[in-house]
Amino acid sequence: MQYVWAFLVGGAFCVIAQLLIDLTSFTPARILVGYVVGGVALTGLGVYKPLASFAGAGASVPLTGFGFSLALGVEKAVEEQGIIGALTGGLTATAGGITAALCFGVIASLLFKSRQKS
Amino acid sequence: MESSNIYLKKPPVILASAAVGGKSEAEGPHGDCFDMLDRTGKFGKSTWEQAEAEMQGTALSLALHKAKLGHGDLDMLLAGDLMNQCTSSSYGALSFGIPFVGIYGACSTSAEGLMLASMLISGGSANRVGVVASSHFCSAERQFRFPLDYGGQRPPTAQWTVTAAGAFVLSSEGQGPRVRAALPGRIVDGGITDANNMGAAMAPAAYDTLKRFFTITKTSPADYDKIVSGDLGYEGYGILKDLFAKDGIALGDVYEDCGLMIYNRKVQDVHAGGSGCGCSASMLSAVLLPKKYSRMLYMATGALMSPMSVKQGQSIPGIAHLVQIES
Amino acid sequence: MQKQPKTYPQYAKARAGKSPVLRNCILAFISGGAICTFGQLLFDLYRMAGIGEENVKILVPVSLIFLAALTTGLGWFQKAAKYAGAGTLVPITGFANSVVSPAIDNKAEGMILGLGAQIFVIAGPVILYGALASAVYGVIYYCLTTF
Repeated sequence: MQYVWAFLVGGAFCVIAQLLIDLTSFTPARILVGYVVGGVALTGLGVYKPLASFAGAGASVPLTGFGFSLALGVEKAVEEQGIIGALTGGLTATAGGITAALCFGVIASLLFKSRQKS
Repeated sequence: MESSNIYLKKPPVILASAAVGGKSEAEGPHGDCFDMLDRTGKFGKSTWEQAEAEMQGTALSLALHKAKLGHGDLDMLLAGDLMNQCTSSSYGALSFGIPFVGIYGACSTSAEGLMLASMLISGGSANRVGVVASSHFCSAERQFRFPLDYGGQRPPTAQWTVTAAGAFVLSSEGQGPRVRAALPGRIVDGGITDANNMGAAMAPAAYDTLKRFFTITKTSPADYDKIVSGDLGYEGYGILKDLFAKDGIALGDVYEDCGLMIYNRKVQDVHAGGSGCGCSASMLSAVLLPKKYSRMLYMATGALMSPMSVKQGQSIPGIAHLVQIES
Repeated sequence: MQKQPKTYPQYAKARAGKSPVLRNCILAFISGGAICTFGQLLFDLYRMAGIGEENVKILVPVSLIFLAALTTGLGWFQKAAKYAGAGTLVPITGFANSVVSPAIDNKAEGMILGLGAQIFVIAGPVILYGALASAVYGVIYYCLTTF
């Protein structure tokens, strides 16, 4: 059942972004930023955690899930370290994904060449 | 401007021309008409910017070869492209040693170059002048849009930057089509801010130039057997026809757009058609000049924005330069 | 500079070719949903392999980022994204593509100011505003839990 919810919720996040791209002047870069910030906000409002518990990867894989990880990380760090946690929690929780993307980026740039589209 | 100024006193001859293109251009309906094609788009170079410069040099060499002239036979070279500081032109012309004048008119560069070259020759400042204009999809995409492998969708109004260069050799005497008249365009701002709808941004400038030309010369579309715009694409083509229709002037079947000619929009994923300096330059050399129209109006259009001005939310002004070519 | 009538931008927008919204949305839904379902599958497979939940939560996005990096390098990502649109953009794959594509593209300008600086051209704002939002939320959370 979780697979169905993952598909539906994940798909729905994408449809909302597609509508924003097609019907407004939102650029993809703005949407990525908006989704991450939106994920933090939705977590703060207490909406995202229940969503993530039944939709699983449908909530964690979209970029709102990146915001969810940032927010959860910051909550945990604030609980453990106090106010200093506000500075460390977010990026600590998401360091894996960010570092992976940067490392794979550098490796890919060494392995592959810039190619023309067709 | 008076009509006596528009018509050149000594109409120069286009002795020869050449068009060089890339993969999408090869696959377009006029692929066979290009003088040289490199489907890799690299022209033997390691970066796209160097490839574009090489493409310019190749086009000029081919045009000079066809005119049976050497580098030293040109008094001047006018060249332009879309890159920052026109580096494709500077590096492309580097090895030729021809007195060089870099020009910028965005995608209107081919007509701008032909116009200036004709004026220089007609005014007696030069006898033989070369004109080159180029654009490269990959270098333009990198400068104006996104990295090449970035996964994005283009809206239907977006145009595909042509990978091509066109070179022309103009002379005060000889055999070939003549540039009879030239009209520089005015900068017209239609208020379009969408960098994905350049056709709409350029159409008001095309209308302004063409309308002024008809008024000054007291002619109408019926007086010409071909009227071509540079790269208005599907959007701008329709808008230009619309704007003239509002004046009660039908551009009719003689009117075509290079951006629509160069690709097969049904098969190739180019959305509203081609754009870029190389679009109009290559189509003029490869398709239009060989058809030997007796009276052709060739008007290349340019969108005068930069990545910076677009980010700052400024609207995109357009320009259109026009030359009348007679065979 | 010549100014056109103020109505021109509206006229141009009204006649402009429209994106096939329904088709785009369906493709985005299917492709985005499929990527998330694949993420769920990876999650369950890693769990079955006996990896702890905390580590799996990092491994799943890292795996998707790896696949996005690989397909970007091979030139497949861009071809798929043309159809999938937001379906490949919104999942973590879109973030990975926005890091990997400028890295490949800007190598020619050198390892520091080319690759090094440009790798953040699209991902930078995402990380920046994500970090900013998390810090702001951290302060709010601290205030709510402390007072």
